[in-house]
Amino acid sequence: MIGKQHELHKRRFGRNMGVGLVLGAMIAIIFGMTIVKVNRGDFAMKPAEVQQ
Amino acid sequence: MTDTSINTKGYEGEAQFGDYFALLKPRVMTLVVFTAFVGLLAAPVPMHPFLAFCAVLFIAVGGGASGALNMWWDADIDAVMRRTQKRPIPSGKVTPDEALAIGLALSGFSVVLLGLAANWFAAGLLAFTIFFYVVIYTMWLKRWTPQNIVIGGAAGAFPPMIGWAAATGTVSVESVLMFCLTFMWTPPHFWALALFMRNDYDEAKVPMLTVTHGRRATRVHILVYTLLLAVLAIAAGFTSIGGPVYLAIAVVLNLLFIKGAIAIWRRDEEDSETDNFAVERKFFKLSLIYLFAHFGAILVEAGLAQFGMGGWS
Repeated sequence: MIGKQHELHKRRFGRNMGVGLVLGAMIAIIFGMTIVKVNRGDFAMKPAEVQQ
Repeated sequence: MTDTSINTKGYEGEAQFGDYFALLKPRVMTLVVFTAFVGLLAAPVPMHPFLAFCAVLFIAVGGGASGALNMWWDADIDAVMRRTQKRPIPSGKVTPDEALAIGLALSGFSVVLLGLAANWFAAGLLAFTIFFYVVIYTMWLKRWTPQNIVIGGAAGAFPPMIGWAAATGTVSVESVLMFCLTFMWTPPHFWALALFMRNDYDEAKVPMLTVTHGRRATRVHILVYTLLLAVLAIAAGFTSIGGPVYLAIAVVLNLLFIKGAIAIWRRDEEDSETDNFAVERKFFKLSLIYLFAHFGAILVEAGLAQFGMGGWS
């Protein structure tokens, strides 16, 4: 574990936090879209595909 | 290079998250978000609320990406104009290469995700909008013709059409009308701005109408476009996106807008300089309310339609 906070980390804290939140939001949105589409049956297999 | 030299370099003007966000032109984005949202809700095909939220978000990100690419290309003239000098690139906080990278990455990201959230037709329209704004308007028309604002205004007019396409997968008369409303609104809105930001465009050598044809001609153009816009905006009230609420708002706002345009037309430079362009500034502010109120009224009509009350039926 790093005991001492480097000045660079303090200086870029806001920027890193912002990028982190954007990436987190992107994951949540893509996950949410997947859930909606799966529940709606967008990825359901057609009967012909099931038989194969 | 020592550790100290790495850490002190660029400390003063180092970009924060907000500077990167400013590349996306957040104020323009509010217009994009609102008009796309109205286009999506006014469409006759319902969309899952979460997918609708995602679609509007990706349209906004696409609009922001084109803003970043515009700032990358126009960094030289942004540095000259007072209105744009504090933008992230001319102020030295973000490098042009960073803006280019962010613009390209977000363009690809927004188009692909809109395709997945809604449909590929809407995604194609978004890709075309980004191309139109960046290549046709920013790189080509803006520095070449005084009609730059007229033709370039199409880029800002696409969002409601993309919102409609996200829900329906197609283009229709209603979405074209929403496009035309923003398209015809853009010239008087920007020419009023050009009148009171007097020397900005001259110094940047951007061929705005005020520079190439003079300020008198610009005042005439504002009046002509305002009259044409009024005809279109009121006529839209009798179509399926309109209704009594829309028509009432459109009539009042268009009368006020025409009154403002006539006031601008009747003035000369001496009058304007005496009161520091008060009439032109008032007209510009009214133009913002004008567009938001018209799209707000379309939204109200669409909302009322859910209860069997909207429109003329």
